[in-house]
Amino acid sequence: MARQTITRSQLSEAVYQEVGLSRNESAELLESILSKISETLANEESVKISSFGSFSVRRKGQRIGRNPKTGEEVPILPRKVLVFRPSQVLKARISDATIDIPDLDEND
Amino acid sequence: MTKSELITYLAEENPHLYQRDVERIVTTVFDEIASALSQGDRVELRGFGAFSVKHRGSRVGRNPRTGEAVQVGAKRVPYFKTGKQLREKLNG
Repeated sequence: MARQTITRSQLSEAVYQEVGLSRNESAELLESILSKISETLANEESVKISSFGSFSVRRKGQRIGRNPKTGEEVPILPRKVLVFRPSQVLKARISDATIDIPDLDEND
Repeated sequence: MTKSELITYLAEENPHLYQRDVERIVTTVFDEIASALSQGDRVELRGFGAFSVKHRGSRVGRNPRTGEAVQVGAKRVPYFKTGKQLREKLNG
């Protein structure tokens, strides 16, 4: 099974096919969606997309980390991380559909 | 913010579009991501983040109420990794 990486261009192409705006405008709309979500999260407000999932921001406290190469202790400063929780619908869709796909590579 | 609040916002920003078109646009975007993932594809949106599918092997779980051991089958779960730019924005 040929696996591929989908990017902005395929998503905005899908918007173009679906709604019939110009390609340019489709790309701009996609960008507006992503930046509105980003801004909302930057304000620590969570974003819930029904039947897809929710994005929320979690605050992490300071802790002591270690440089794995030198063994040296370094403080990891308090920071905020983004958490994505897939909806049940998305989880079910992916688990059912991909269970037989043999080797997905898992590059993150 | 919910999906419908996002739609309302975009409709206000784009007064030349019908609300129902904005709705279709937003739905299309998330449907495309979901369908790519269900085919085992990865979705990478530079600056925002990347959606991928991770394998979870089968394991022996436990019913938390009864303490009984139960076999949990292998499955694939959606995963999101925050993009560098968004991560910086959160901590900006």
